[in-house]
Amino acid sequence: MLIDFFQVVRAAGVPASIREYLDLLRALQQGLAFADLDEFYQLARLCLVKDEKYYDRFDRAFGDYFEGLRAFDSVLEELNLPEDWLRKEVERILSDAEKAGVAGKGSLDALMEALRERLENQKERHQGGSKNIGTAGTSPFGAYGYNPEGIRIGQHENRHNRAVKVWDQRNYRDLDDKVELGVRNLKVALRRLRQFARHGAANQLDLDDTIRATARNAGFLDLKLVPERHNAVKVLLLLDIGGSMDMHVRACEELFSAARAEFKHLESYYFHNCLYEFVWRHNSRRYSERLLTRDMLNTYGPDYKVIFVGDASMAPWEVSHAGGSVEHNNEEAGAVWLQRVTEHYPHVVWLNPTPERWWVDHGSMGMIRKLMENRMFPLTVEGITAAIQELG
Amino acid sequence: MTQPVRLKFTGTADYVATPQLTMAVNAAITLQKPLLLKGEPGTGKTMLAEQLAAALGTELIQWHIKSTTRAQQGLYEYDAVSRLRDSQLGSDRVHDIRNYIVKGKLWQAFEADKPVVLLIDEIDKADIEFPNDLLLELDKMEFFVYETQERVVARQRPIVLITSNNEKELPDAFLRRCFFHYIDFPDRHTMQQIVDVHFGALKPELVQTALDVFFDLRTVPGLKKKPTTSELIDWLKLLLADDIGLDALQNKQGTQAIPPLHGALIKNEQDVMLLEKLAFMSRRRS
Repeated sequence: MLIDFFQVVRAAGVPASIREYLDLLRALQQGLAFADLDEFYQLARLCLVKDEKYYDRFDRAFGDYFEGLRAFDSVLEELNLPEDWLRKEVERILSDAEKAGVAGKGSLDALMEALRERLENQKERHQGGSKNIGTAGTSPFGAYGYNPEGIRIGQHENRHNRAVKVWDQRNYRDLDDKVELGVRNLKVALRRLRQFARHGAANQLDLDDTIRATARNAGFLDLKLVPERHNAVKVLLLLDIGGSMDMHVRACEELFSAARAEFKHLESYYFHNCLYEFVWRHNSRRYSERLLTRDMLNTYGPDYKVIFVGDASMAPWEVSHAGGSVEHNNEEAGAVWLQRVTEHYPHVVWLNPTPERWWVDHGSMGMIRKLMENRMFPLTVEGITAAIQELG
Repeated sequence: MTQPVRLKFTGTADYVATPQLTMAVNAAITLQKPLLLKGEPGTGKTMLAEQLAAALGTELIQWHIKSTTRAQQGLYEYDAVSRLRDSQLGSDRVHDIRNYIVKGKLWQAFEADKPVVLLIDEIDKADIEFPNDLLLELDKMEFFVYETQERVVARQRPIVLITSNNEKELPDAFLRRCFFHYIDFPDRHTMQQIVDVHFGALKPELVQTALDVFFDLRTVPGLKKKPTTSELIDWLKLLLADDIGLDALQNKQGTQAIPPLHGALIKNEQDVMLLEKLAFMSRRRS
């Protein structure tokens, strides 16, 4: 019962298990949804989907399964007498004006002839694609297509006249995949990077130790105190600024404010495009107050965790060659400096605000990824979570 | 265990429940599984528990989760310090350990004569391991008290509602034991119903205009925090209290280009600045 449906939902990438499937069956047995597709949709979603980011995938799977089933069944049933049925169906679906306007395939007869040919050729159930009949394709035949000349099969009313089903609205498209990158989300992601240590004045009651000590003391109260716990992790944040980074300013701002709130020991410096022999702390005073990168390496020990933020998009020689910088004549190549950093600090990651699908393996991006030993992560909540795991 | 409750929840006089939400609640009641609710803040997740308890005529037990809450606190706590003090003072109570077991919210819910509504509010605020520590308790509705060597089994399975604001991912094993419902932001029609429930006597034009302003505001791109239902309700209360007229709301060209009493709707000075800037630009264009 409904096993096919369950398989389709799983195939669409909704992580539902047997347990959820059995829950759905039990709910149906209890009569929570009966002979109503809308109710069944609600119930199935309630039982099978456990996160709103999967709602959209579920909607698509649901639509494919039920609409596809219906559309295709009706086509199959009519295969015995295609001629009459097709003519009737086409005439019923198309308005007079539309019939007059069917010019893309020559005439109505030509359109029908083509349709029948396709019907005969088609052996298997088909979805998507651009030639065969089925649902959701771009072929002129079938339901839910995008070809303006197409005719609709198995869907008995014009899509625009019928009440659009809720799973067709794809309301949850935005919730799929990417969590919104807000300061709050970032803080939660960054919070995983913590190393608690106790230091400072002992002013917290250590209950367990007190009980133990009191028991040893033959029942006389012996209070034990410990210092409060602090997050002792040390973070060095190096931000690319200016140029191509301008469009990522908001994401970087949010990351910075989240990091500043989360880490007590946070040092941040700026660089432009690639790290060279100096960095600066305030962008407005970048020419007057510089810190030599060598001094930075000497000041902050290897216990610091280094987070680079940059799009790593520049001319390849800006990384590879001495004198390649766009701003000044650098004596040593950027790659040398990046290598010094990765050698000095065991924990280094590079966060890249460019969407991951645009990353390439060549050019400056490929070089920097190689220099970072592939520790480059996208500047999204998932990416930061992965980066933190690398650092932790 | 007794018969399951055959009660149907359909919303109350003070609470508008969409058919989807009703279905979710009824499924959770019938199949006796916890219902996990997510949704934008201010869409009435916590309110649902109160209204559900009122509608079913049972008690509501609320367990508000903080970052320091541990799962054990929901079951019971052994108050060792009191016992220690009593032993120092030579009190008789000290001989019975049961005097120092403090019952948690789950225990209270398990013990009730009638099935109660148990609200575990903002479960995502707790530590990452928190939901995992409650798996067995929520599944079997029982737990073991080590100090007294007794097993506490629920007399009646409580109706468990859990809310989350998505600050942390919940573990899969926990999710499998729950039903999940995402409360959508209400559409205009539902919003109208909600406002009607709260302000029956309000002038229809005022509501229409206020809703226009509200939904316009939600579509402004780049707002850091969009106003929510509960903020709309607060804002309408303020409009009523201050007796703001219809024309003040409609008059978008005047000096007050951003809605009157916007403090109830917009909670962020950057958003206020953004709106002022937008209003200024649209004024210049016209």
